[in-house]
Amino acid sequence: MSIKLEHVNYIYEPDTAFPVHATDDVSLEIHDGEFIALIGHTGSGKSTLIQHLNGLIHPTSGTIYYNGKNIADADFSMKELRSKVGLVFQYPEHQLFEMDVFTDVCFGPKNLGLSEEEIEQRAKDALEMVGLDESYYKQSPFELSGGQKRRVAIAGVLAMKPEVLILDEPTAGLDPKGRDEILDQVAWLHKNSHMTIILVSHSMEDVARYAQRLIVMNKGKVMFDATPVEVFRHYKELETMGLAAPQVTYIAHALKEHGLDINTDVTTVEEAKKEILRLWRQRTC
Amino acid sequence: MLRDITIGQYYAVESPIHRLDPRVKLAGTLLYIVSLFVAEGIICYLLAAVFLGLVVRLSKVPLKYMVRGLKSIVFLLLLSVSFNIFLTEGRVIFQVGFLRITVEGLVIAAFMAVRLILLILGSTLMTLTTTPNNLTDGLEKSLGFLNKIHVPVHDMAMMMSIALRFIPILIEETDKIMKAQMARGADFESGNIIKKAKAMVPLLVPLFVSAFRRASDLAMAMEARCYHGGEGRTKMKPLHYNGRDLMVYGILIVYLAVMIGLRIAMPV
Repeated sequence: MSIKLEHVNYIYEPDTAFPVHATDDVSLEIHDGEFIALIGHTGSGKSTLIQHLNGLIHPTSGTIYYNGKNIADADFSMKELRSKVGLVFQYPEHQLFEMDVFTDVCFGPKNLGLSEEEIEQRAKDALEMVGLDESYYKQSPFELSGGQKRRVAIAGVLAMKPEVLILDEPTAGLDPKGRDEILDQVAWLHKNSHMTIILVSHSMEDVARYAQRLIVMNKGKVMFDATPVEVFRHYKELETMGLAAPQVTYIAHALKEHGLDINTDVTTVEEAKKEILRLWRQRTC
Repeated sequence: MLRDITIGQYYAVESPIHRLDPRVKLAGTLLYIVSLFVAEGIICYLLAAVFLGLVVRLSKVPLKYMVRGLKSIVFLLLLSVSFNIFLTEGRVIFQVGFLRITVEGLVIAAFMAVRLILLILGSTLMTLTTTPNNLTDGLEKSLGFLNKIHVPVHDMAMMMSIALRFIPILIEETDKIMKAQMARGADFESGNIIKKAKAMVPLLVPLFVSAFRRASDLAMAMEARCYHGGEGRTKMKPLHYNGRDLMVYGILIVYLAVMIGLRIAMPV
């Protein structure tokens, strides 16, 4: 089970005076069970790239393979691809349309042509996964709070039981608590349901905390593709792309400049705490 | 697919047509439409097509881009063409049941199609080369005399410019919602007409919700900047005619005169 991209190019508005090269010769392989974070500043091609992964847009040139099969083949089932690769768009609450929460979550599985019981079971499971209990089932999705709406929308995708879950900035516009809840939920899904996760994010802290692999995009090209620790070593180059390393990494570098023998590979507050305590103990001994 | 709609959109490049006073372009479009209805016979249509072709060339808007916009009227075009083909009396060249094709019908249908296409292209060109703001200013100023009989010209012009401004926004929004629902397995393409109409619900409901949200946001933003209608409102860039604008008026009048002359001089 993997998704493979080979030399994928995508150009918006090719016939006009302002064609936009949104992805530029992107080659990638996404393996089972990975937790990947995708970063890049606005307009770097992230959103375009992820829409390729479930066949919503077709590359201008290049090929995409899902489990070794070319998704542009005539006999390839798009429906199956879209059920296996779930995509949660930015501000997914804007896609809600049903009269009540439960029916809205049923929309995805219903499109898959499942049995009535299976649909309801999946909707229940999905709503449970995002932490919404039965008291929400009959409420109108339009009367919920922003964070709750977003959970309903994410449940709508989870109800398709995807193997790969792509989230485009799932925490944009949420308060810190809502943000942590959603990201912890995603981490839980990765750990317990063994879903492959692709998280598009602007928060280096979140990325460092959750992801195992970090893909950095700039002007449609993949600039880095490695573990967060390795990528954040290039923090100076990241800055030229309008990105940065996590705050603690900067602190570590500053401490190093002051002559401390600190490991500058720290990317999360937890790691930084350990590292600083280690140095502290060394000193006091 | 939705990006193909070019009616009402602005195409940002620098060109002599873009720089013209919006009132000239409005009058020009109106005159051009009149000329199309005056036109009769192949020479008139040729003249109209060449004239439009020259203007398009000057405007630097790629013809390909404009022609893409015609896709949205293909249905209308086919409808009127087939009515003309089948319902015109004359010399019959082909007959099946009550449907018959006549020579006159074919000729009228062909002219009709050309007229419609030129009409759409001509008016699309105006919105492609004029920003909604400019267009509103132009309309407001040229229709200003209606204020005397208490027609709310400013309000109407403002509504029109907002409507125009919202076309690309709503298209983008539709595209986004469509994709989001497709990611949830929605199918907008297959099935019969009833199934297709039903499939529109997951698209239209969020679209309406978002349109209302945007409209109320916009109203709030306008009020926050003390907008209270047209009374006493001044312009940052008031419209002034310059030499080029007057010259274009001259060209337009000559064009229309030639058209009328051709119509009279050449009996069909």
